[in-house]
Amino acid sequence: MTLDALLRFRELRAAAVLPALAVAALLCLLAALRFGSVEVGTLDLARALLQRLLGHNEPSLASTVLALRLSRALSGMAVGGLLAFSGALLQALLRNPLADPYVLGVSGGASCAAVAAIALGAGAVAIALFAAGGALAAMLLLFLLAHRALFARDAPLDQGRDSAILLTGVMIASLCAAALSLVLSLAPDGRLRTMVFWLLGDLGGAVSLPVAALALLAWALLLALGLRDAGALNLMLGGELQAYTQGVAIVPVRRRLIALTAVATGMAVALAGAVGFVGFVAPHLVRYFVGADQRVVLPAASLTGAILVLFADTIGRSVAAPLQLPVGALTALIGVPVFLWQLQRP
Amino acid sequence: MATAAPLTSALLACRALDVRYGDRWLVRSLHMRITAGERWALVGPNGAGKTSLLQVLAGVRPPDGGTIELSGQPLQHWSVEQLAELRAFVTDRWFDPFGVRALDTVMAARYRMRGAASGAGRHDSQCERLARQCLAAMDCEALAQRDVRQLSRGERQRVALAAGLAQETPLLLLDEPIAHQDPRHQVQVLQQLGARTACTYVGALHDINAAARFATHALLLTGDGSWQTGPSVSVLTQQRLSPLFGTEIVQIEVDSHRVFVSTGGVPS
Repeated sequence: MTLDALLRFRELRAAAVLPALAVAALLCLLAALRFGSVEVGTLDLARALLQRLLGHNEPSLASTVLALRLSRALSGMAVGGLLAFSGALLQALLRNPLADPYVLGVSGGASCAAVAAIALGAGAVAIALFAAGGALAAMLLLFLLAHRALFARDAPLDQGRDSAILLTGVMIASLCAAALSLVLSLAPDGRLRTMVFWLLGDLGGAVSLPVAALALLAWALLLALGLRDAGALNLMLGGELQAYTQGVAIVPVRRRLIALTAVATGMAVALAGAVGFVGFVAPHLVRYFVGADQRVVLPAASLTGAILVLFADTIGRSVAAPLQLPVGALTALIGVPVFLWQLQRP
Repeated sequence: MATAAPLTSALLACRALDVRYGDRWLVRSLHMRITAGERWALVGPNGAGKTSLLQVLAGVRPPDGGTIELSGQPLQHWSVEQLAELRAFVTDRWFDPFGVRALDTVMAARYRMRGAASGAGRHDSQCERLARQCLAAMDCEALAQRDVRQLSRGERQRVALAAGLAQETPLLLLDEPIAHQDPRHQVQVLQQLGARTACTYVGALHDINAAARFATHALLLTGDGSWQTGPSVSVLTQQRLSPLFGTEIVQIEVDSHRVFVSTGGVPS
């Protein structure tokens, strides 16, 4: 296929990709509800779901499994969606294909705080709150330290703003990693396992259905906010100075989008720990198939991330049942070969 | 909407404009009036401040003193969005981190006119027609579907110029618009720009011959803050250019065109 034909093909795919991904996400959701240590038929699931919605709960295997798996599946989707959204935004904003949601140190702050909470013997809710607080603290630190690059109106465009933000983030991440290893080395042996599972990323933590639904709603809201700036982001990819002369107010856009990524990452990490790789690989896969138009990339990468986490978690619950493998390990185990396959292609 | 300035008043005017880079004066107390339809060439040695001055005129960089008026209003009174309808700025630096079609980069230049959140832009046929016309004017119609990362520098530059034209502004600021063009495209690009008589141009040009052919007026920058302006016929002369560049430049006539040749000698 010639390059021209490939690019034209891309355009067609861009129009078809969102509905296709939505269908794939629903199929993955169904699979996540059906499979696991116990397999449940689709019809039984549908009946249990209907009963649940109508408000009369007959005790059955399907309804018990549904109750357990639905909140986990929905929170998994939200986590994947939030991380991939954040990764796609950061890769575009920093114009760096190596960026991921963790690159600015937000997850480092969350991990530090969460692991400290575990060391102190806190419960699941307290750990999530600590994680969210840690993420927020890291974001504020970034805003403080990268103050000039993020806020100064008169700072020259195209001259190292990206790298100033990126390097500040990497420093915050390194600081958090050091603090984290300190906490890990001092932690009592009995709690190390919980900590490691949390750091690997795990959806096993008890997330209630309302929380999972709220997370999905937050994902949709953040995505909608991000999409409002997608056109501006497209121009900023071609250089800030050029984008400014084409009518994009660079500084407010950049500030808004950095805040969005921080909130999205913080929420994802609070829900499921530091699930790796999704935020990095999902935008790459999407750009390969549909090009770099951020109006398509942001929602498509979000859906791809949701699918990847849901798929990885379903595998993690099923292959070695009743053992549950941490989703963070599986996203990379599945994602790396897919990414390498894409890299080999023309 | 861009308000067309009355013919008698200036489209772009500088009063006592200062531009510095660090502690070095690039332009000191510049007075300049650019009327609609004029084509100005910025000429000067490397590092004389041509790009910095263009950035100041574009409103990308604040001046270090003095005022600039664009379409009858001080530059800072226009919003970022309004400025995008008054002037386009074609830089000579492009960032192409991800694969994008050339056509899309030209269509993106109409961001302001299409509305920030418009998802329909991709299929906006009127916008696409304009983008293709601009690409055709810069002789890169055939590159429309190509990935910008796979273009040569000269091709990429013509796509950037097409994007500048697609912004449909009365004023175009050009930084080295033909630096990467082969001889045929140098002529073609400048002819196409010059044919748009409603447009006003301010362009940094290294090629003195191109400047002499294209420009109606010229601004010479020496790099120590001093400057000279005037109609290009009276400013672009061997007497002024030789000391400006610190090398002997001789003016000859070929088919009643002025042609400048650098002899490599030391100016007297």
